[in-house]
Amino acid sequence: MSDVTLDPAGHDTPAPQKRKSRFRQVFARDQKAQFGLTVLGLFIFGAIFAPIIAPYDPNEMTLNMMAGPSGENVLGTDDLGRDLFSRILHGTQISLFVGVATVSLALFFGVLLGVVAGYFGGWIDSVIMRYIDLQWAFPNFIIAVYLVAVFGTGLLNVIVAIALAFLDDFARVARSMVLSLKQEQFIDAARVQGFSHLRIMVRHILPNAMAPIIVLATVSVSYAILGEATLSFLGLGVSTDTPTWGLILADGRSFISRAWWLGVFPGLAIMLVVLSINFIGDALRDALDVRDTDV
Amino acid sequence: MIAYIIRRLIGAVLVMLAVATLVFFMIRLVPGDPIAAMLADSGSPEAREALIRRLGLDQPLLVQFWRWFTGVLQGDFGASLYGSNQPVADILMTALPKTLSLALLSFIIAIAIAVPAGIVSATRKNSAADVGVSLFAFLGLSMPDFWLAILLIIIFAANLQWLPAIGYAPMSEGFWEWLQHLILPAIAIGTGFSAIIARMIRSSMLEVLQADYMRTAASKGLTHRVMLLRHALPNAMIPVITVVGIAFALLISGAVVVENVFSIKGLGRVLIQGIQNRDYPVVQGAVLLVSAFFVLSNLIVDLLYVVIDPRIRYS
Repeated sequence: MSDVTLDPAGHDTPAPQKRKSRFRQVFARDQKAQFGLTVLGLFIFGAIFAPIIAPYDPNEMTLNMMAGPSGENVLGTDDLGRDLFSRILHGTQISLFVGVATVSLALFFGVLLGVVAGYFGGWIDSVIMRYIDLQWAFPNFIIAVYLVAVFGTGLLNVIVAIALAFLDDFARVARSMVLSLKQEQFIDAARVQGFSHLRIMVRHILPNAMAPIIVLATVSVSYAILGEATLSFLGLGVSTDTPTWGLILADGRSFISRAWWLGVFPGLAIMLVVLSINFIGDALRDALDVRDTDV
Repeated sequence: MIAYIIRRLIGAVLVMLAVATLVFFMIRLVPGDPIAAMLADSGSPEAREALIRRLGLDQPLLVQFWRWFTGVLQGDFGASLYGSNQPVADILMTALPKTLSLALLSFIIAIAIAVPAGIVSATRKNSAADVGVSLFAFLGLSMPDFWLAILLIIIFAANLQWLPAIGYAPMSEGFWEWLQHLILPAIAIGTGFSAIIARMIRSSMLEVLQADYMRTAASKGLTHRVMLLRHALPNAMIPVITVVGIAFALLISGAVVVENVFSIKGLGRVLIQGIQNRDYPVVQGAVLLVSAFFVLSNLIVDLLYVVIDPRIRYS
């Protein structure tokens, strides 16, 4: 590691300019990351301008039913004669929104719990970690399914359910970062200067704990998108009339023997987005120098 | 060691108690009236009263919990609210073998793919094979299992017509019948699982290959093959085993989803149908059973870890 400088407290932190150049270095070399950035960029563009780009109204039924891909309908039509490309394009909005909203929620509350537990220790730590350990013992997906089962479907419920399922991941990573940072001299220095707990946590600990959290957040967006698609596919998703990728697949499932495009393209969209985010997450792991075992 | 095992056992029991409590009380937090939803059309006041009494909902919450809980301990999960009010325990016991068969076959497929893939990519680091395995791992992790299931149906059931697209056949109808129905869903579930394990084996093997005892083995003049299979592989598998426990979550989640694609009436199908029907006793029972499955497999992995790696001694 040539680009590491020692700060006055003796803690290894890459200098900001160095860090930026390291980013450029990694992303310039990593073809997978470039692929990821390009494809994700296209999907984000498509989501924002969906109403302009989409050749048809995604819910408009026509008599041109189950037509294969052609010049008129690039990806074909479904059993109700709706244009598959327009539907998938509109679905992008929901997938990306759910992915980002979910992870923002889980990130905020998970990191809050983890930092508070790690910083104060003692009984606060035990209470929070008892709960986190309990949740840790379960597959995220089963937690999300049960929460939707209890509180019902809908956009907000799906976001909250997936976010809650991810809470423990963020809390654990944040806590372990805080525990190792707490030993550092610059934290003692801040404490001696009489800074408040809040200030120490937000200004001194968090910035130094961000690297693994950023990597985890990136990868979690892809899992959130997969989770939303899966819930929608099972009929436990955002709604029954908004075209989401999972729902389009579920609707098309009965017709796949006659209309393969209904089974192929919506899933391809999910996979491309998830793959892109995973590629980017992997490059970030490299650029931020986060070990596999941290996240 | 024995103290450690006992502590882990008690821990597992406590987790299950906490889950049972959560599962019971959360469903009762739901706003809205499940009785009204259940009665739907025949909503006469008498029918309502009768139903409330039959379900014991006129009792205080804690009494209800105690009754339900002691029932669960005796294997009585209550009765389904629908159809012929079949006991939930019967429904679950019919579903369980199907899910277990599926999980087992998925596991075998995943290991069969992951172990050779991981070894090849570790021993030939940065070769074309390594890049290929890494790409396969990324694809496996990014592909929704239900989509892979649909693709397999399109190819092998709808077009080639080699295998059935839906349903389940018990082992008693013959091994081939059983395998024929399960192979596609098992591939759909096992692929993502194998991606995780292949990556783990690769990084673990790379570490082991650097170890001093590997140099010793080489200087003793052992063949490459013996070195890899007898010295490197067993040591490389140790960290992998913990990840297998964590990744078991994927198998279960995968089964829940993929069973619904192939109309296999396993735990996953029972769970999702229960949710769609608002059949709360069934949902509670299925979630509890899935959780128990998961807690148990984690427990077994933890204990195996102690047995396999004699360097670990828990006090």
